[in-house]
Amino acid sequence: MTWVQRRIRPEQIREFSLLLLIIIAVLVFGSLIDGYYTSRTFNRIATSVAIVTVIGAGMTLVVLTRNIDLSVGSIVGCTAYFTGVQLAANPEFGAMPAIAIAMGLGLVMGAVNGVIVAWGRVPSIIVTLGTLAIYRGILIDYSGAKTVTTDSLPTWLVDLPQLPLFTIAGLEIRAIVVLALIVVVVFQLLLTFFNFGRSFYAIGSNPDAAELVGLPKERIIFTAFALSGALAGLAGFMFLARFGNITVEAGRGLELQVVAAAVVGGVNIFGGSGTVVGAMLGAVMIGTLEQSLFRLQISEFWRDGILGLLILLAVASDAVLLNRLRALWARADMRLVAKPPSPIAREEEATP
Amino acid sequence: MTAAVQGRLMSWEGLLLAILVVIVAVNIGYSPYYLGVENIVNLFQLSIEKIIVALIMTLIIISGEIDLSVASIMGLAACVMAWMFQIGVPLPLGILAAIAIGALCGAFNGFWVAYVGLPSLAVTLAGLIGFRGAARILLEDRAIGGYPAWFNGLGQQPIFGPLTFSIIVFAVLLIVVGITLHGSALGRYIYVMGNGVEAARYSGVNVKRVKLLLFAASGAVSAIAGLLYAARLGSVRGDMAFGFELDIITIVLLGGVSIFGGSGSLLGVGLSIFLILNLRNGMGLANITGNTQTSVIGALLILSVLVPNIVQLTLKRLKGRET
Repeated sequence: MTWVQRRIRPEQIREFSLLLLIIIAVLVFGSLIDGYYTSRTFNRIATSVAIVTVIGAGMTLVVLTRNIDLSVGSIVGCTAYFTGVQLAANPEFGAMPAIAIAMGLGLVMGAVNGVIVAWGRVPSIIVTLGTLAIYRGILIDYSGAKTVTTDSLPTWLVDLPQLPLFTIAGLEIRAIVVLALIVVVVFQLLLTFFNFGRSFYAIGSNPDAAELVGLPKERIIFTAFALSGALAGLAGFMFLARFGNITVEAGRGLELQVVAAAVVGGVNIFGGSGTVVGAMLGAVMIGTLEQSLFRLQISEFWRDGILGLLILLAVASDAVLLNRLRALWARADMRLVAKPPSPIAREEEATP
Repeated sequence: MTAAVQGRLMSWEGLLLAILVVIVAVNIGYSPYYLGVENIVNLFQLSIEKIIVALIMTLIIISGEIDLSVASIMGLAACVMAWMFQIGVPLPLGILAAIAIGALCGAFNGFWVAYVGLPSLAVTLAGLIGFRGAARILLEDRAIGGYPAWFNGLGQQPIFGPLTFSIIVFAVLLIVVGITLHGSALGRYIYVMGNGVEAARYSGVNVKRVKLLLFAASGAVSAIAGLLYAARLGSVRGDMAFGFELDIITIVLLGGVSIFGGSGSLLGVGLSIFLILNLRNGMGLANITGNTQTSVIGALLILSVLVPNIVQLTLKRLKGRET
C-alpha cells in the first residue's frame, strides 16, 4: 500500500477533483467575463449557494441512510411563510426566536416524515412525495393565498442578507454564508468523528449488518429525517430573509436543486457514502455555473440543459472512475493482508 | 409464499374497489348526473394524458426502475412539434419528429441505466432537468398556438360515439400493456427483473435490452401524451406538463405496485386511476379546491402503504405473543 493510498480514500479524490473543476470553471469564466473577480460576483454566488447548502447537509444525512427527502422544498415554503407571518405580527422578536420558530416547525415536519418512514416502514420516496403535496397544500390553505411582503418584516431581517460579518482579502463574508458554513462544519465533524455520525454510514452501507451489531436503525433514520426537516426550516428562515416577499409558491422545486447538488457532490443516491462537504461543493459548482452563465448572457433557458448534463456526468464518473479507484484500493488492501510487513519494518515503524 | 403475496394483492385490489364504490355512491348522492356518459367522458378527459403515461410507468416500476423524466419528455415533445410547426414544417411531420425525439430521450435514459449501470433515479432526475431545459431552449418564453382544427380536435372532439381520440389512445394502450404484462413472455421478464436483476440474468433474460426497450417505450408514450395535451390546450409553452411526474407515480403506487419492483398488476393501477379521477371529480363537485385535492391524494398515497404495513406489523406482534 503506497503512502498516497494509506492517507487518502477514493471518495476524497473525487471531492478534490470537484474542487479542481470549480477552480477551473472560475478561471475560465474569469477570462471570459470582464470584471468577474469582484466581491459582487462572490456575494451573488455565495448567497444563493448558502440556502441550498444548508438543505443539502440535511439531505446528505437522509441519503446516507438509503432514503431520500423530497419534501424539503415544501418545508422551506411553510417555514418561510409561517416565520414571516409571526415576525410581521410580533416585530419585537429577535433573530434567535425567529430561527427557533423556523427550525422548530421544520423539525416537526421532518419528524412526521421520519416516524412514517422509520416505524411505518413506508419507502421514503412515497412518504416524502406525499408530504411534498400535503405540506404545500397546508401552506396554501393556511395562507389563504395571501403574500408575506418585505414591508411587513422587521428591518433587521431585511438587512440580514447584506450584513457583512468580516472581510477577507477584500471579500466581505456575509452572516448568511457564515451560518451555512457553520452548519457544514458541525455536521461534517459529526459524521466523521462521532459514533452517532458513523452510524448513518453503517445503516446506509449495510442495514442488516448495522442491525446485527445493535444499531437502533429506526431511531437513526428518524433522526436523519428530523434533522433534515430542521435544517430545511433554517433554510426557510434564510429564504425569508433573502427574498422578503413570500408567496405560497416559495421554495417549490428546491428539492430537485438540492438532490442535484448532493449527487454532483458525490453523495451516493443508494446510501452509505458521501459527505456534507461534498454536497456543499456540488452546490457551489452548480451555483457558480448558474450565475456565470447568467453573466455571460447565455439564455437562462440553457441553464437547465447544462445542469442535467452535469448531473449525468457526475453520476457516470462516479460509476466508472470511483469503482476503478475503489478496486485499486481494495487490491492494495489485499496485498497488505497477504504480505504483512517484515519484523524489521515493524520495528522501524515503532521507533519514533 | 407466492400464494401469500397473491392473497395480499387480491385484498389490496379489493380494498381499492371498496373505496371506489363508496366514492361513487357518495358522488351519485351529490349529483344525479354523475354516472351520465358525459360526466364520465369529462372525468377521463381532464387527466387523460397523466393516465396514459401511468400505464407505461407501471411497467417501469414493476421492472424495478423509475422514470422521473416523463413530464419533461411530454413538454419537450410538444415543444418540438410547436417549434417545427412555427418554422413551417408540415404538422404531421412535426408530430412524427416529436414522437421520435421522445423515444430517443427514453432510449438515452435507458442506455445509461441498462448499459452503464447507473441508478435510474439519478439518470432520470438529470433527464427531468435536462429535457425540460431543452424544451425551454426551443420556445424560450413564447406560447405557440394556432394549430389546424383537426389537430385541436384530437384532444376534445368525440370521434367514436362520445369517445375522443385521446380516450381511444388510452384504451388501446391499456389493452397493449395488459397483454404485455399479464399475457406475454416480456411481461414475465419484467416481473422477474423487478424481483432481482441477477436472478433474471441467470434465467436467460436479456436484462439490458428489456430495460432499454422499456425506457424507450416510456419516452415514446410520454411524447404522445404530451402531443395530446398540446392538442387539448390548443397552445404550447415551455413549462407544459411541469410536475406531472408526481401525479403519475402516485397513481401507479396507489394501484398497489411496489416501488421496489417485482409486484403489482394493471388491474390495481386501473382501479387506482378510476379512484383518483372520481375522487378529484367528487371533491370538485363538493367545491374543494385543487390544492386540497392534491393534499388528499398525497395523504392517500402514504396511507395506501402505511395502513397495510401497520396491520401486518400488528398481526405479527400478536402472533409472536401467542407462541
